[in-house]
Amino acid sequence: MNIRSFIPIAILAVITTALVTGYVITNSVLADNRTVLVQSTTSTANSGLYDYLLPQFESETDIKVNVVAVGTGQAIRNASNCDADVLLVHAKEAELKFVEGGFGVQRHDLMYNDFVLIGPAKDPAAIAEIEDVTTALNAIADSKSIFASRGDDSGTHKKEQGLWQQSSTDPTQHSGEWYRETGSGMGATLNIAVGMDAYTITDRATWINFKNRGDHKILVEGDDRLFNQYGIVLVNNNKCPHSNTKSGERFVNWMISDTGQSLIASYKLKEQQLFYPNAIQAEQ
Amino acid sequence: MSTLSQIFSEVVVLLSGPDPDLIEIVWLSLRVSLTATFLACLIGLPLGALLGIKNFPGKTLCTILVNTLMGMPPVVLGLIVYLMLSRSGPMGFLQLLYTPTAMIIAQFALVLPIVAALTRQQIEDSWREYGDTMSSLCVPLSGSVKTLLWDSRLSLLTTGMAGFSRAISEVGAVIIVGGNIDHLTRVMTTAIALETSKGDLPLALALGAVLLTIALAVNSLVFSLRARIT
Repeated sequence: MNIRSFIPIAILAVITTALVTGYVITNSVLADNRTVLVQSTTSTANSGLYDYLLPQFESETDIKVNVVAVGTGQAIRNASNCDADVLLVHAKEAELKFVEGGFGVQRHDLMYNDFVLIGPAKDPAAIAEIEDVTTALNAIADSKSIFASRGDDSGTHKKEQGLWQQSSTDPTQHSGEWYRETGSGMGATLNIAVGMDAYTITDRATWINFKNRGDHKILVEGDDRLFNQYGIVLVNNNKCPHSNTKSGERFVNWMISDTGQSLIASYKLKEQQLFYPNAIQAEQ
Repeated sequence: MSTLSQIFSEVVVLLSGPDPDLIEIVWLSLRVSLTATFLACLIGLPLGALLGIKNFPGKTLCTILVNTLMGMPPVVLGLIVYLMLSRSGPMGFLQLLYTPTAMIIAQFALVLPIVAALTRQQIEDSWREYGDTMSSLCVPLSGSVKTLLWDSRLSLLTTGMAGFSRAISEVGAVIIVGGNIDHLTRVMTTAIALETSKGDLPLALALGAVLLTIALAVNSLVFSLRARIT
């Protein structure tokens, strides 16, 4: 074997070493204490709220916030695997269960907005004039109009299931007929609903921000039961020793502080306020 | 519904004004997928060659297994890597989840079987042709592997490109292990998925066009390289 045959091997070795070193450096920067990993519901991320809030927090504290936006159900599962420092979702019962299970330190109310029932403009179930959301759902069921359900254990899915329970219909018996469980995120479900002229339930922030609306519009809104509460939970490092509690706690405290709360209130998209802070009331 | 002209104007906007966010995403896509492909070739080429040349018990089974792994769904692979790298998983202490490294690991594992399986076929075919000569000349195994790999370098370049195409176009694995975190693990495919979920279909399609343009550039580069080593 001559010297020349070693040259490619040597080049490969150098490139590999360079790449690996590069990544080790990147990763050690990431793993230090100055980052917070947030498992979040999609609506808060897709509405641009974090792009508005986080630069403020990051410049005040020099802590970098990394947001993973998934459905509430998946966010809680990921956080239960300790892959989060902070959990920000919208399913109060599941959040309390998360804290009871020892995964979270404490749950705080953070902010709220509301859900809306959207559907095609031609409104085959004639629900546009109905104020009571369960009556509207029954009308959809009675007319066998297509309804797109998230079907993914997300916060919105849980809310929708709760509303069906209060109605006189069990939609899961009609799964695959007029009741279509998409098993997808909010955006994908909205795309599907628009594509097949279906009704669906979504949070207002996502709907305001959603671009592919077709001729769909809000048909039912304002019912008290459509209330949508967001909560914030610090992950417990007794259960998750790798979690970054110190920075996570600062982030949670900042979000429920006057600064964080007034910033949330001041965030507007298309001149509409998307989230209403209510953390301080919950503390009293 | 978004019209073609809408999409086209989005593409023009994306490509004309070099938006720093877009450059960052494109750069990360290239960095992750090229590194994953490079590492997969580093291991997959000799591995595939050995599988093509050497006879050992269970060789057929190995070949079938590697060929099957080419069909691994990225989502499943992403889940496996996630469970490994999760803070509660066996390699959680490495703190690699939601980093570009995690994405490279996932894409490496996706590309490796493709490189190994296609290389094996190439080398087995060449071995059928030159094997007897090499055996009679008592060329050692490592020498045969090297000679045959070099001899098949043109087809193996295409093999590498097949691996790269798989890496750069997949979304299922990187979105799970990378988390699509802005300015950290957002790549072209996860950005496209995100814009689709926001209902911004023209922007999503325009990003898709940009991705294809990049693939075109990489392929052209490889093609010019190919001309040089012929």
